[in-house]
Amino acid sequence: MKKISLRHMAKNQHGTITAVKVAGDLGRRIRDMGLIKGTEITIQGRAPLNDPVALRIRGNTLTLRNNEADYIEVEVDE
Amino acid sequence: MSKITLALTGNPNAGKTTLFNALTGARQHVGNYPGVTVERKEGAYEKDGFEAVIVDLPGTYSLTAYSEEEVVARNFLANEKPAVVINIVDAANLERNLYLTCQLLELKIPLIVALNMVDVAKDRGMDIDVEKLSLFLGVPVFPIVARSGRGVDDLMLAAGDMAAGRIAPPDMGKLKISYGDDIDQTLLSMTDMIRERNLLDKKYPSRWIAVKIVENDEILIQEVRAADSDLADRLLQEAEKVADHLLKTFDTYPEALIADHRYGFIKGILKRGIITHHYDENRLYTSDHIDKVLTNRFAGPLIMLAVLFSIYQITFSLSALPVTGVETVFNWLAAAVDGLLADGPLKSMLISGVINGVGGVLGFVPLIMLMFFCIAILEDSGYLARVAFMMDRIFRVFGLHGSSVMAFIVSGGIAGGCAVPGVMATRTLRSPKERMATLLTVPFMNCGAKLPILALLIGAFFARHKALYMFAFTILSWIIALVAAKVLRMTVLRGTPTPFVMELPPYRFPTFKGLMIHTWERSWQYIKKAGTVILMISIILWAMMTYPGLNPEQKASFMKERARVAALYEPGSKVSEKRLLAIDNREKALTLQNSIAGKIGVAMEKVTWLSGFEWRTNIALLGGFAAKEVVVSTLGTAYSMGETDPEASGSLGVRLARDPAWSPLVALSALLFMMFYAPCFVTVVCIARESGSWNWALFSVLYSTTFAFILSTVVFQVGRLLGF
Ligand SMILES: Nc1nc2c(ncn2[C@@H]2O[C@H](COP(=O)(O)OP(=O)(O)OP(=O)(O)O)[C@@H](O)[C@H]2O)c(=O)[nH]1
Repeated sequence: MKKISLRHMAKNQHGTITAVKVAGDLGRRIRDMGLIKGTEITIQGRAPLNDPVALRIRGNTLTLRNNEADYIEVEVDE
Repeated sequence: MSKITLALTGNPNAGKTTLFNALTGARQHVGNYPGVTVERKEGAYEKDGFEAVIVDLPGTYSLTAYSEEEVVARNFLANEKPAVVINIVDAANLERNLYLTCQLLELKIPLIVALNMVDVAKDRGMDIDVEKLSLFLGVPVFPIVARSGRGVDDLMLAAGDMAAGRIAPPDMGKLKISYGDDIDQTLLSMTDMIRERNLLDKKYPSRWIAVKIVENDEILIQEVRAADSDLADRLLQEAEKVADHLLKTFDTYPEALIADHRYGFIKGILKRGIITHHYDENRLYTSDHIDKVLTNRFAGPLIMLAVLFSIYQITFSLSALPVTGVETVFNWLAAAVDGLLADGPLKSMLISGVINGVGGVLGFVPLIMLMFFCIAILEDSGYLARVAFMMDRIFRVFGLHGSSVMAFIVSGGIAGGCAVPGVMATRTLRSPKERMATLLTVPFMNCGAKLPILALLIGAFFARHKALYMFAFTILSWIIALVAAKVLRMTVLRGTPTPFVMELPPYRFPTFKGLMIHTWERSWQYIKKAGTVILMISIILWAMMTYPGLNPEQKASFMKERARVAALYEPGSKVSEKRLLAIDNREKALTLQNSIAGKIGVAMEKVTWLSGFEWRTNIALLGGFAAKEVVVSTLGTAYSMGETDPEASGSLGVRLARDPAWSPLVALSALLFMMFYAPCFVTVVCIARESGSWNWALFSVLYSTTFAFILSTVVFQVGRLLGF
């Protein structure tokens, strides 16, 4: 088990969010969309220019920009 | 008895609009909330004697003060106290949708949950125990399929009963979401302080106020401060205390902790056997397989280009016929007026001011309807979100949003669009600053009405490299628009980018009814403008180009010339007609020169000589404010060529090429100016509407004209120095 930022996850990699380290509007928005501690996510894919990233959460798809993904820390299997 | 009000709330894409349409049909009224660009939709519902006004609140994920939409929804619920609030919840996305429900529960409003898309959930192998859900949430829950109308009658019966007091509204006093010991303690003491002073007790429950203050909700804090500043200070102290404590001991923020607990509460409920999954929850559905192709790294962008291009093709080619149809009707009207009335100012005003003005605007209607129809398909099917996803990286560089691409393309990103539907297409953007920047820069694109000017001047001065110039000017318009957006985002629209985080909703087949309502609603707003503001501006412009007219001596002199022609040549012969036409044209040119617009044009030479324009060009540019194609016809009049048909301006081109006041350099400077100066007034009116303020519309006119003037001046002066 190791912790990396969501930006560095590979396609189809699976993990569990351990922290969302941002306050203010962005933090609020990320949490409103259900990305909180303990949520399981899988990377579904990336846009043609590698950014934004699309991820799968409880059977639905969310997208966010890489610089937003930076604030999300995920625990992944080796 | 005054009608009761029902409000619909829910997450974006939960099916709110679909339910609203099903309930109200065509009896809708769309307006704006005062001061913001958020749409306010209202409709009438009537069934079996139960009448209600239904308000469709903007779709939100939460009730913080994060966006205008959320503030609007929240204020509506608190201030207007609707009799019943229906919360539409997407059954296939229950956990996230219930996050909003939690916040609605805390507001202690009479709530009913409409569990929508149960058909989708079923397809995905999910069973939802509605009764249990209702029990644990403490509010009535009704499963529905908004699209087919299944379950909607039962839902409305319950809403009617609740509104009439036949069933008691759920007892919201019971429900308390716990936010952990630290926050709960603080909330308790804050709630006591609030109760003691009856702070805002008509509007909000006391615990809700406390929660919002701990969440650091700026809008609510302001409101509290305005009501009782002393109490506000004490409450904020409490909130800060717990925030400090949480940061020190848990390295977290109160808002984060509150969100965690809300989700914890939801998970707690859902775990008690409410959802049964028959398949793996993260299984890929049809929609995801489609996405594998449509957002594929290589195929994705190509398909997107093809889709955008075909929309463009479809709207502009299919609308050609109806647009001509509308024009024919107006030409026929003009001819009828021409035949019925005697020559004079009334006739001239009716034809040139009213009929041409309104006709010009209504001529756009078929185009706009088709465009919105196509956009509605993209939007309702879910593809637009994918476009935003794919284009975001590029548009972000310029401070825009992936969704901006649509507006740019429509406005003339592929030469020949129209800024009016382009400006209206920005409505699909949810980020306010990015939306405003898009709104203010799309008029730079080469719309269809600018093409005749390009064709005229390029044909007259750069005929040898026609295609090259056309292409270069299209590219240039993109560059200028995007750079302008960047500059705006660094100055007047400065600010951190709006968070992009958004969902990619599953692909769905749009319903025909939904598409029609969407299309009609937007087109109607446009048509209404034609009857009011646009008619007025059009008459003013007509008057400026007509009055004060020729003085008696000038008139007499033209009469004398005509008499001479009549005496010299046989009436009705070719020569005679030709001479008379030439006199008419010279008279029109002189009238124009004498008019207010002409005087302004001459006065403007004091400034416009810098970029090489003489008064005739100035008048044409003034006329171009009515509609860009008017530039060509006004130039025609000013050069005594008669009212030149923009499509057949060959002889005008020859005339300009021979004129000593023109040169390739002047033409280039004029072209640049015409491409980038003020948008036509139809666009300006739309900008005012879409931005919610005439100040932005005025700003748009001023900044683009200033920019265009500087650009053409620089080109002209540098060109002259270089000896062109
Ligand atoms: N299968 C199915 N589709 C539905 C149902 N209700 C709505 N839809 C579809 O879901 C999509 C989104 O519905 P909308 O009504 O536009 O959603 P909304 O909540 O108004 O979304 P915003 O306008 O973005 O706030 C549309 O394509 C609808 O046709 C339903 O009960 N079942």
